[in-house]
Amino acid sequence: MADQQSAPHHPRDAVSEPALVRWLLILISAIFLALFLVVPLGTVVGRVVVAGWGSFVDTISESDTQSAIRLTLSVAALAVPFNLVFGIAAAWAIAKFEFKGKTFLTTLIDLPFSVSPVISGLVYVLLFGADTWLGPQLKAMGFPIIFAFPGIFLATVFVTFPFIARELIPLMQAQGTADEEAAISLGASGWQTFIRVTLPNIKWALLYGVLLCNARAMGEFGAVSVVSGHVRGKTETMPLHIEALYNDYSTDGAFAVASLLAALALVTLILRTLLEVKFGADVGNGRHK
Amino acid sequence: MSLGLALTMLTLIVLIPLAALALRAAALGPAGFYEVISDPRVFAALKVSFLTALAAAIANAIFGTLTAWVLVRYNFFGRRIFDALIDLPFAMPTAVAGIALVSVYSPKGLIGQWLAPLGIKIAYTPLGIIVALIAVGFPFVVRTVQPVLEEISRETEEISATLGANRFQTLFFVVLPPLIPAILTGFALALARGVGEYGSVIFIAGNLPFKSEIAPLLIVIKLEEFNYAGATAIAAIMLAVSFLMLFVINGIQSWSQKRFGHG
Repeated sequence: MADQQSAPHHPRDAVSEPALVRWLLILISAIFLALFLVVPLGTVVGRVVVAGWGSFVDTISESDTQSAIRLTLSVAALAVPFNLVFGIAAAWAIAKFEFKGKTFLTTLIDLPFSVSPVISGLVYVLLFGADTWLGPQLKAMGFPIIFAFPGIFLATVFVTFPFIARELIPLMQAQGTADEEAAISLGASGWQTFIRVTLPNIKWALLYGVLLCNARAMGEFGAVSVVSGHVRGKTETMPLHIEALYNDYSTDGAFAVASLLAALALVTLILRTLLEVKFGADVGNGRHK
Repeated sequence: MSLGLALTMLTLIVLIPLAALALRAAALGPAGFYEVISDPRVFAALKVSFLTALAAAIANAIFGTLTAWVLVRYNFFGRRIFDALIDLPFAMPTAVAGIALVSVYSPKGLIGQWLAPLGIKIAYTPLGIIVALIAVGFPFVVRTVQPVLEEISRETEEISATLGANRFQTLFFVVLPPLIPAILTGFALALARGVGEYGSVIFIAGNLPFKSEIAPLLIVIKLEEFNYAGATAIAAIMLAVSFLMLFVINGIQSWSQKRFGHG
């Protein structure tokens, strides 16, 4: 840059835009980002600050809010490990073994991404709802699925299903099987190979996938809304509680709960960015196809 | 063994439930389907969903490409933070985005108050749906175009300039064409997301039947009325049209991949 000459046909000028155009384009995209993302996020923070600390504490310490927080944490605490097991098993099978229909399997794993959240909830209502054979049977046995915890868990697992698998598959494919073959030829068992060789190789990508999966699991609205039944203090997760407060004209309360989820989203983004800066080659592979 | 475990979980969580939807839809028969679609309210909701998603995806294709260009080619203060913020919609729960957007774009909101005197109403109109869908779909195009743009060699641009093209001609005829498959991919992802989006939309939409009622909301309403057949039919139509769109766009993409040699 420093040695840039003022000759009008210097190649650097030919493959760049005038400074004015550059700044105009940066300005346009910055305004776009501000209008649709930054200002709305700032509003969440602003509304909570304006309402004051007392109002925030009041909302958060309400028993309905507390139970919504507990439910959201419990659902995520079960759904994330479930998808962790699936993600590792699927990525291990796809990356380390050859079998027919591999591409098809990868497509199927991505399927939940192209299904509307509402439909992701609906499929479980069609399977376990009141007008099915199975649903009322299970309910009579004291194990209701729809409008109860199991339904919320299933819907959450469905929408977060691809996150960890698609993060691991490209990395494990790129790493190949040489390390594992070496471990096995030296006498390690399959399980030892996995714990001592494979897992350390994929740990950062795994953490990255878990972060994204968790953020989505805690924030899911549409799918959970269909199966939850919206019973306050019982089957209402944090996102559903935000809607209930908002519809009750308790806007300050809605923003107080929303600020907790917004904070979770920001922490997720920051950790993610740190992981990308530090382990850029390993993480972020599944972000876009 | 890991394959067996993965397949079992996939079957239980994804395949059986989706098959249940397909079976229930098939059981409706053509007459049952026709009965649901011929309801003008259902037709209007599907139209609102697809048209608003299309408008938002077009806006995101244009501004997403522009943003990817700015992030890859220009160096400016705060670029890193700018880049990290793009992914905000992926991490932000839709209900949070929904109440935040409506409070910004309502006639008394931070931005809405400046638009109201001009006669522009965003919240509680189809325009509000488009705003929400732009917000949630923004990262798709940026994140598909960005890596392709990073890999493109700048030599072709130099050659183009040497051969006498001005900068605009170079950008339009040399830089843009190889980006088209990536732009289309991002466009398709944003479109698919927009058609099915629920949480961020219902707060800002106003949800007036025939005007600003989206198809996913109508599914929820049918379910609340215990009208499982109606919900199933709308869901099946949405899925079929979404898959068809993705299929067509995949076709265009593989065509332009052959033509331009980029993915």
